[in-house]
Amino acid sequence: MNTPEDLRYAKTHEWIRMEKDRATVGITDHAQTELNDVVFVDLPKPGKKVNAGDVIATVESVKAASDIYAPVGGEVTEANATLSTDPGLINREPYANGWLFRLKPSSTSTDHLLSASQYAGTLKK
Amino acid sequence: MSASVAESPLASCHQAAGAKIIPFAGWNLPVQFSGLIQEHRATRQAAGLFDISHMGQIRAQGPGVLACLEGLLANDPAKLTDGEGHYSFLPNDHGGVIDDLFLYRIGPEDFFLVVNASRHQEVLDLLKKKEGPQVRFTGFPGSAVGMALQGPKAATILAKLMPTGTALPERNRILRAKLEGGEAWVARTGYTGEDGFEIFSDLKTGPKVWTRLLEVGKADGLLPCGLGSRDSLRLEAGLPLNGQDLSYDITPVEAGLGFFVDVSRPRSFPGRSTLETQKKNGPPRLTIGLVGEAGQAPPRHGYPVFHAGKKIGEVSSGLPSPTLGYGIALALVTAPAPALGQPVEIEVRGRRVPAKISKRKFLQNR
Repeated sequence: MNTPEDLRYAKTHEWIRMEKDRATVGITDHAQTELNDVVFVDLPKPGKKVNAGDVIATVESVKAASDIYAPVGGEVTEANATLSTDPGLINREPYANGWLFRLKPSSTSTDHLLSASQYAGTLKK
Repeated sequence: MSASVAESPLASCHQAAGAKIIPFAGWNLPVQFSGLIQEHRATRQAAGLFDISHMGQIRAQGPGVLACLEGLLANDPAKLTDGEGHYSFLPNDHGGVIDDLFLYRIGPEDFFLVVNASRHQEVLDLLKKKEGPQVRFTGFPGSAVGMALQGPKAATILAKLMPTGTALPERNRILRAKLEGGEAWVARTGYTGEDGFEIFSDLKTGPKVWTRLLEVGKADGLLPCGLGSRDSLRLEAGLPLNGQDLSYDITPVEAGLGFFVDVSRPRSFPGRSTLETQKKNGPPRLTIGLVGEAGQAPPRHGYPVFHAGKKIGEVSSGLPSPTLGYGIALALVTAPAPALGQPVEIEVRGRRVPAKISKRKFLQNR
């Protein structure tokens, strides 16, 4: 299972890429494999304010709808519009063009999140 | 009920095939092999093979068996001829559904029931109370193999394993056939809306038949399929799932399945008066089909349904249809229901999403 070193992870299978005042969020390779073919995505609108741990998006396969949680708090700045016509990008490129949304984080601290090796460790149980 | 989880007798086959396994109704079963959508399409276009070993197989035998079943089931078992099967219900006293099932008549004093895994023990306990010198019921929890071979290529594939000179059963019929050195029941029934077969065999024969079918069907596009595509296939065909579209509180007439409730016979059965009244005067609630639009959030079990601003009911089963590319749902609503084609709204995560009333059979020509 692919877990890039430069990202931080939530136990609930989201990844986050922190840059200056921009955070990009998606779901992990493990999560997309578990979900199977993604056929629909509900994304937050820019301007939406969230706290860490809030349900912020929904990713749906034929079988089920899965909640996506905000790994950090902040204000949504952008949703990945390409996913509305090609939700399968989440399966094909979970860490690249399959990102879900970006936000302006209220704090740059990611201490509560997991490193790549810590996250990979949670999958072995 | 014990908390332990049963393994399918085909578990080692599934493990070797890389299936993803989930717990379901007390069983560990494959939810998918190669992928839900791929398996769904294979079944519509070629063929799919499903493990249904969790389904309860119950044999009912004895000189009093027909009379006993007539007094328990909503469809009339007396209508069946040897080797014939039909869809039926075990209703409770209120006309609600304990289980929906398939009943086959093997002979005048010999019937075979296939019931849902989630209700197997309950149905068996109920039937055991009716046992006497004239009738006995035998269940095989955990010691029988069941598989469903479904799809337009199913007959071609199964014919390759059938002994020379043994014809395949006709629709809704069952026969005993020698398969891979063992005896098996082969019925032309299923839960996908496609032509197909359900094969019931023993622990020794079953895994061999499963493996051989996958081998001989490979060139025709046969894929092993999991519970995920089983659910999307049955819903596209408008077929109900007990516990969602049917329940102790939902009658077959409310589910739109009054055709399988026979009140033309003299004998009484549980819930008969309620079911008879509902068939005559219409039920207080109705099950309708709903279709969404491409690109809209798909309907799911429990989502509220609105018409002209008023809540009329809830989705009982719903998902994005792999064949149609938009959401489909069965919904239980207050009667009278809006007419076919009428617009409704489904509440999805606090928003209203547009949908239309449709037939419950979402795919044409099936």
